[in-house]
Amino acid sequence: MRTIDVISTAIGNSFRSKLRTTLTVIAIFIGAFTLTITNGLGTGINNYITTTVAAIGAQDVLTVTKTQQDQSTGPRKYDPNQMASTSPGRPGQTVAGMTPADISAIAAVPGVLSVQPTLSISPDYVEAGNGTKYALSASGAVPGLKLQLAAGAQPSATSSAPQIVLPVSYVKALGYSSDRSAIGSTVNIGITDSTRAEHTLGATVVGIAEISLGGTGGSGTANEALAQELYNAQSIGLSSSTKDRYSQASVRFDKSATPAAVNQLKARLATAGYDAKTVADQIGTFKTVIDAIVLVLNSFAVIALLAASFGIVNTLLMSVQERTREIGLMKAMGMGSGRVFGLFSFEAVFIGFLGSAIGAGIAILVGSGISAALASSVFSGLPGLTLIAFSPASIATIILVVMGIAFLAGTLPAAKAAKQDPIESLRYE
Amino acid sequence: MLDWSPSIKERLSMPTPILAARDVKKSYGRGQSRFDALKGVSLEIFEGESLAIVGKSGSGKSTLMHLLALLDRPTDGAIELNGSDALLLRGRSLNSTRNKTFGFVFQQFFLTGGASVLDNVILPLKISRVRSRERKRRGLAALAELELRDKAGNRASALSGGQKQRAVIARALVNNPRIIFADEPTGNLDSATGAVVEDILFSLNREQGITLIVVTHDEDLAARCDRRIYIRDGLVVETESRAA
Repeated sequence: MRTIDVISTAIGNSFRSKLRTTLTVIAIFIGAFTLTITNGLGTGINNYITTTVAAIGAQDVLTVTKTQQDQSTGPRKYDPNQMASTSPGRPGQTVAGMTPADISAIAAVPGVLSVQPTLSISPDYVEAGNGTKYALSASGAVPGLKLQLAAGAQPSATSSAPQIVLPVSYVKALGYSSDRSAIGSTVNIGITDSTRAEHTLGATVVGIAEISLGGTGGSGTANEALAQELYNAQSIGLSSSTKDRYSQASVRFDKSATPAAVNQLKARLATAGYDAKTVADQIGTFKTVIDAIVLVLNSFAVIALLAASFGIVNTLLMSVQERTREIGLMKAMGMGSGRVFGLFSFEAVFIGFLGSAIGAGIAILVGSGISAALASSVFSGLPGLTLIAFSPASIATIILVVMGIAFLAGTLPAAKAAKQDPIESLRYE
Repeated sequence: MLDWSPSIKERLSMPTPILAARDVKKSYGRGQSRFDALKGVSLEIFEGESLAIVGKSGSGKSTLMHLLALLDRPTDGAIELNGSDALLLRGRSLNSTRNKTFGFVFQQFFLTGGASVLDNVILPLKISRVRSRERKRRGLAALAELELRDKAGNRASALSGGQKQRAVIARALVNNPRIIFADEPTGNLDSATGAVVEDILFSLNREQGITLIVVTHDEDLAARCDRRIYIRDGLVVETESRAA
């Protein structure tokens, strides 16, 4: 039998018992549908992270922290330099603080162009023309970090004038008519020093930031000049050794460095006792979490598929039983066992294909509908987020994987058919 | 050499049988439960002949047919096809020999009910990798020969008993076999329809020179064959040629 005939006969055979095939296809459909949706969820969220956070651009920056010395369980030895972490992580996480000595040690590592300690600032409020004070949290701009802006420009790293980017939610509250009208105006930022004395600093609003998943949700971003001013203000009354302690620092390296060179730089920093992460590494951490969640969801879908594959085994065993005579006849007429095997295993693959293609197709329709509905309601504050997105490659992979599972399920009945003895099959009473 | 093998001189003096069984034995099971279905059967079938293998059920006639049709291998003895040892054929070449040399007509039709009559008839061609258009042409020609041309598109299950058996004959014919095995071809038909089917089989034998091997317990059908071999308890008890 020609391969094309094997395929067309197998497809024809699968439609012979319509009800049975339909039920099996439904079982596979459920698995493939779930798998497509969960995968789409992963793709959607990861896409969003990539577009919002990875648009960061500057690939020439490493975030450096001091390597934790003691990773064992049990009470940690006291370290006077231990301080609260400012990088994303679980609440209460602490890191070993860095001192000016650390900063100069980092600067001495070959490949490091410049190093800038990240200042941890905690302003009290922000106030504009209408005089109402609103609580404000702010952080210094990480070099190279590009905020998603609704209006205005990124904070300038080189300008000596204090600049701030405010979240979009502050615009109306502070009395501006629109995002655009807030740009260029001056706001007052209040901050308390360690002696409980209040200080007020002026800053120019240069940009209005969108809310994004990537970090600066409801907080302002100060440029280097403003961050330094705020830091100086809040550190009044502290001894210089307490003041000059940083949770992390930003290191710039050569823009044209190859990934291998970056890894070497990271290795050199590691030998010097510092953990260094590129922006991509940090996004990678996010993605790893998302991928882990998607993996768990996917495993549920795969369990559904495994259950469905037993449906395929069952369906085909019944087919083989029903078609005993036919198989015997074909073998008597000179059809090889390999072709008989091919006939039944391809039928399984076809059933798998039907279930997965329909499942994936409907999942795409439903998923697109849901994410469109959510984007205009629940997630309207997160522009650009498509919760469930589909990539052709992952859809193709799902369909191929399901067809593969179906093939494996079909091997048992197909082998049974191939082994049939024509004389036994054609015997009649 | 085995003693039954005819000398070269003998072979030259007589035509080579298209199919021959040489002291064929077939047994099933082992030890106590051993059952000897055939206990040493020899026969020669010549091209264009019609032969009836006659016997009661359990006589071993079906086993003999299976061995001659190369569906099974004898426990002992040899089967020769065109003078060469057919037991040397294995796998692909065995399948292809069976496909191209033999046609089968069974008592219980073995048609796929849901498929069209044409699809049923062209099954041997499909198996022997004939292309789709050629299959259709030859299938329709075989159906026309059996006056079933107008039923080609019908479902096989919609045919009457006689029509079904004619479709089965068309299927047996479609690949131009040299030998047709008919296992109780009229067993499921009433006598009038059975007679028509018999006529068709014997006219194929006469007009197209196809060797016909009929396995039956029906004396009337056997009487129409050139030769009859009677089998009882796994042995040939009598051989009869048509009285001229």
